[in-house]
Amino acid sequence: MIKVEGLTKRYARTVAVDNISFEVAKGQIVGFLGPNGAGKTTTMRVLTCFLPPTAGSASVAGFDVLEHPMEVKRRIGYLPETPPLYPEMEVSEYLRFVGKLKGISSADIDRRVDEVTGRCAIGDVRDKLISKLSKGYRQRVGLAQAIIHNPDVLILDEPTSGLDPKQIIEIRELLRSLAGEHTIILSTHILSEVEHTCDHVIIINQGKLVAIDTVANLTNRLRGAEAVHVEVEAADGHPDPTQVQQCLEQAPGVSRVILKDSKDGHLRFEVESLKGSRIRAELARAVVKAGWGLNELHAVGLSLEDIFLQLTAAEQGAAATKQGEKTQ
Amino acid sequence: MKNVLLICRKELRSYFASPIAYAVMAIFGLIFGWVFFNASRDFVRFTLLQSQEGGGPVSVNDSIIRPLLGFAGTIGLFLIPMITMRVFAEEKRTGTIELLLTSPVKDIEIILGKWLGAVALYACVLLMSILNIALLFAWGKPDLKPVLVGYLGLLLQGGCLLALGTLISTMTKNQIIAGIATFFLSLLLWLLSWYTAFDTTVTSQVLGYLSIVTHFENFGKGVLSSKDVLFYLSLTYFSLFLTARSLESLRWRA
Repeated sequence: MIKVEGLTKRYARTVAVDNISFEVAKGQIVGFLGPNGAGKTTTMRVLTCFLPPTAGSASVAGFDVLEHPMEVKRRIGYLPETPPLYPEMEVSEYLRFVGKLKGISSADIDRRVDEVTGRCAIGDVRDKLISKLSKGYRQRVGLAQAIIHNPDVLILDEPTSGLDPKQIIEIRELLRSLAGEHTIILSTHILSEVEHTCDHVIIINQGKLVAIDTVANLTNRLRGAEAVHVEVEAADGHPDPTQVQQCLEQAPGVSRVILKDSKDGHLRFEVESLKGSRIRAELARAVVKAGWGLNELHAVGLSLEDIFLQLTAAEQGAAATKQGEKTQ
Repeated sequence: MKNVLLICRKELRSYFASPIAYAVMAIFGLIFGWVFFNASRDFVRFTLLQSQEGGGPVSVNDSIIRPLLGFAGTIGLFLIPMITMRVFAEEKRTGTIELLLTSPVKDIEIILGKWLGAVALYACVLLMSILNIALLFAWGKPDLKPVLVGYLGLLLQGGCLLALGTLISTMTKNQIIAGIATFFLSLLLWLLSWYTAFDTTVTSQVLGYLSIVTHFENFGKGVLSSKDVLFYLSLTYFSLFLTARSLESLRWRA
């Protein structure tokens, strides 16, 4: 559905996006992840034909953004970082305006407005002035505006920024419900966002593509080291937490042991392995050998947050050493 | 064309949802009304004197309508920056320009729509003076055709300055800067006629030709001259063309 090849965008002094290539298949939700200033917004602006690329190409549904911008624009719904709202308009009036701008015929416009107001749960503010709306409602009107012409592709720039947790959950559910019929790209610098809503992740940092994979694979990929959750039964303060901790630390392949909590007769630990070792069997053996009750033992995936930090930190580290070599 | 009208309607809606439209219309109505009152009072005194001395009838067109229409153009000079300053600057500041530029609409349709919206508002402003002129028709027998030509001239002159204002509005995010720049540019085009008043060199004649006011003189007299119509239309076209280029460069720079 979306194909980006060797995309580069250079501004006067900086390179915002540097030779990025990726593809998004129909019906996927893809998270565009990166710290602030990584080039997410720029990439999205190229895809929406707002900015032309300096080099490389981008196409949506087979139409190139430079060659056939009209066809691309017809197929794209776009929610910029700040929703593009006219404060002096009423919500329904605004949606009608955008709908017509996107080419919906007068015969269909009322039906479409009804549909998106229902979908985005803004029916109760239909007749309010946009300037009177709260941040959460504005964001939803922005989203309604993006889907009004039922576009094949939705491009959302930080759709949940500045919302409270309840609103974030609502937007996430809305996005989930939109997946399938629409292909969605959303950018964010918050990881839990991607974990919750996306199938695929594209991580970029300082304009460069760092990783592109499914959320599940990406979690696995960085799991060179294994984290294991261990729960040991304890009664009347026996066994002693420090005793168990020492015992686990001595098992082969263990790098460190963290005591998570020790409530109502359960001692919970998180054990991290050295890179490449498989420690679950060793841990089970150690606990049983000491004669304690082993309640639970399972692998914990590294959270995406850690992965993200690792990925971007590694990149920066590599760049730093490269530069160091150059100066030497 | 559908998109042009859509954007034009939205622009008008925005003007009338904000105080700008009412402020501009009220200012114009007040100033024009006051000047009209003075002009017609003097006219009545003058004709009384004239009839006592046994002179012939005096033309209402020449002594009231013509100077007043010229004066309306001058007030327009001050009001037009207030109309156009927000046209693109506001959209750039609030980010709604992203909505327009990522919709399946041509740049030129956006520009034409916005410009037509501004012209429509300016027409509403000029309408405020119709009441005064109508009074003259109620109590006198002025000639209608020169009045119509005069209004056409005002609209053409306004359209020209509005196009310039639209151009300047694409260049900044700041409404105030857009307004002030437009005002000084219009003032410059207006002052060119002063500069050349007592001078007959080629330079001054060229500069004089560029003055936006000298081309109105014929319209004021009720003369529809193709030279003046073409001047206004070509300057409008030129400004809107530059606006399109400026909007395009916005994409490459932003």
